[in-house]
Amino acid sequence: MVVGMSTKVSQASLLTLKNVTMIFGSQTALHPTNLDIPKQKTTVLLGPSGCGKSTLLRLCLGLMIPSTGEVIFEGTPVTSESALELRKKMGYVIQDGGLFPHLTAYENIALMARHLEWTEDRIQSRIHELIKVTQFPEDGLTRYPVQISGGQRQRVSFMRALMLDPDVLFLDEPFGALDPVIRADLQEDLKHMIQSLNKTVVMVTHDIGEAAYAGDHIVFMKEGRILQEGSFEGIVSKPKDSFVTRFIRAQRTVSLDKLLEGHAI
Amino acid sequence: MKRASIVLWTLFFVASPTFANSKQATIGSKKFTEAVILGEIAVQAAHIAGGTATHLSELGGTRTLWNALLSGEIDLYAEYTGTIIQEILKNKPIKTFDDIKNALKNQGILMTRPLGFNNTYAVGMQSAKAQKLGIQTISDLKKHPNLELRFSHEFMDRADGWKGLKAAYGLPHTDVLGLEHHLSYRSLAEGIADLVDLYSTDAEIAYYKFQTLEDDRGFFPQYQALFLYREDLAQKFPALITTLKRLEGKIDEARMIEMNALAKIKKISESKVAAQFSQSFYGQKKEIREIGYWERLWGHTQSHLILVILSMLAAVMVAIPLGIVAAKQPRLGQGILSVVSILQTIPSLALLVFMIPFLGIGALPAIAALFIYSLLPIVRNTYMGITSIPLPLRESALALGLRPKACLKLIELPLAFRAILTGVKTATIINIGTATLGALIGAGGYGQPILTGIRLDNIQMILLEGAVPAAVLALVAQAGFELLDSHLTPKGLQLKANQS
Repeated sequence: MVVGMSTKVSQASLLTLKNVTMIFGSQTALHPTNLDIPKQKTTVLLGPSGCGKSTLLRLCLGLMIPSTGEVIFEGTPVTSESALELRKKMGYVIQDGGLFPHLTAYENIALMARHLEWTEDRIQSRIHELIKVTQFPEDGLTRYPVQISGGQRQRVSFMRALMLDPDVLFLDEPFGALDPVIRADLQEDLKHMIQSLNKTVVMVTHDIGEAAYAGDHIVFMKEGRILQEGSFEGIVSKPKDSFVTRFIRAQRTVSLDKLLEGHAI
Repeated sequence: MKRASIVLWTLFFVASPTFANSKQATIGSKKFTEAVILGEIAVQAAHIAGGTATHLSELGGTRTLWNALLSGEIDLYAEYTGTIIQEILKNKPIKTFDDIKNALKNQGILMTRPLGFNNTYAVGMQSAKAQKLGIQTISDLKKHPNLELRFSHEFMDRADGWKGLKAAYGLPHTDVLGLEHHLSYRSLAEGIADLVDLYSTDAEIAYYKFQTLEDDRGFFPQYQALFLYREDLAQKFPALITTLKRLEGKIDEARMIEMNALAKIKKISESKVAAQFSQSFYGQKKEIREIGYWERLWGHTQSHLILVILSMLAAVMVAIPLGIVAAKQPRLGQGILSVVSILQTIPSLALLVFMIPFLGIGALPAIAALFIYSLLPIVRNTYMGITSIPLPLRESALALGLRPKACLKLIELPLAFRAILTGVKTATIINIGTATLGALIGAGGYGQPILTGIRLDNIQMILLEGAVPAAVLALVAQAGFELLDSHLTPKGLQLKANQS
């Protein structure tokens, strides 16, 4: 399927964007962008609404195909054709879960495995592993999405994304629709989960606290461009320009203040 | 698939009224009482001649009957000389009776000699009003240009109707509207109309004390009644023709008016009137079995259900795939939606008549027309059901690695199920109502007693045998779909959201 792949793909990166642009009609959602997503790290795409971070995530999943340039996943260019197979190695969690309302939690999680004709035994034991990892109550599995809380829905969504044991998890504002307490619980559980599973994670958020808490590698975006890239400390200690500074300051909270202690910002 | 097609064919044969049989005739009649009585007399004649006959009564107007005769869907019907000359052979030079005979024979149609009465067109008014205004002849109408003229649709359109009359007499009237012929008498009696067209043998003229105006310029031609029949009927069932020919010149105007009166005023069924006639004329008759209310109702229900079920099955099989294609291919989709919308705007009566040249008369063209009318609600709801699935859900399905086909089957169709079912429900309920029009082209169903009831001015028949059962059927269908909805809709979609 893929012939003569460039060997320049860095050993340590799972996903590479090479000169990728995304243009809708007269609007440029993403200017020429190069990006390496490191393996087994959590990369956070951070920035205000409309900065192109969700577009970038969709490009990684092949839900959109770049206007120019290419996205390479584990050595294979992501095209509308190859994406159909590659997505089995990707998990995707969106704001408010994206659970299918006509299926129970269990059926949502098992959907793809059933479609791939796993045995029911195998499906069941995999789901039992997952409810331990996500700390989801077993009796919730027979419920429909409308019957469980927003936080539990997100746990189901994570299980669904993890079912086929993907190489990478793409998270698009996964905590966006949750109230603060549930959000904090889930953030913490997720962090443990990611650490224990040792997965590559790409998360989109506009919340600086969330980025600081979860991210190993922060990609700061604005108006369809990557403005600054690096560790959270790197960004807060040396903000590239006044926009980055303003963006961080605007979201200062008590909890963030602790993280920012001793920094210049 | 195979089983389904067997079921369809079985239903079709149950629905189709005729079976091959050499001493068998299919008789048609126009939708007015005299024509139905003459049709029933032909049924009696077939019986006396040692065969059987099916009567497709109240099929429509001249065009419908003539085309059905040409195409062989009926073998025989009663027609009038004036109509033959003015309408059927209107572009041919006709001078004599033999001219008519030869012109028809060229098309494979034969005719009896006239039966003996002239049922010409006439125009009439309430006697009291005519006297008050001093109107006796059609020429007198010129002095009263403000009269309200209400004519049957056929009279409005025909060369020997209003158009010709207006030109021949130079009539100035502008307040002229068309209406169903059966309503003419009522509107005239109730003073809603001042002048209507009448058939001179109609029993109501005497009953309501109407005055027919003298045709002082001799505009209206002779309308001698006779039977038209196909050449092949004469070959396969000659005894019927011999029997019918015994009627030539034997039914005079008084006798025809009397029979019309029995049916319309005394409310005796046309088949009984014809049987009485047959007894007195031929000395024998085919016994008419009185069919009870429930049996009649069951008959109408069966033919109505066949129309609705077959057309809906076909519509569902075509419209759901069309709706899916429309949702998946936006550009093609706009085309599909436009086409089914345009089809929906064709007036139902026009569509039914439009089908006749292609599919003849009876259940088949009615099913085809109902099929076309049922497409839009289903296509549109399927399209809406799929396109209204929120983008995040669709993307979640694709991101799982489902291919488009699996995505359609596992996610999109279940989510769109309710919308699609609602479309099918809407289409079915509209279909049940529209199917009553099928009777206009001989498809039977609940429309039949409605048509007959209008013609006989029998409100009870309209309501109890046609309108109310159709409404009940619609309610039953509605309830059936509610049941389907609660059983087949995925449970997760039926739950009310819990507040978390």
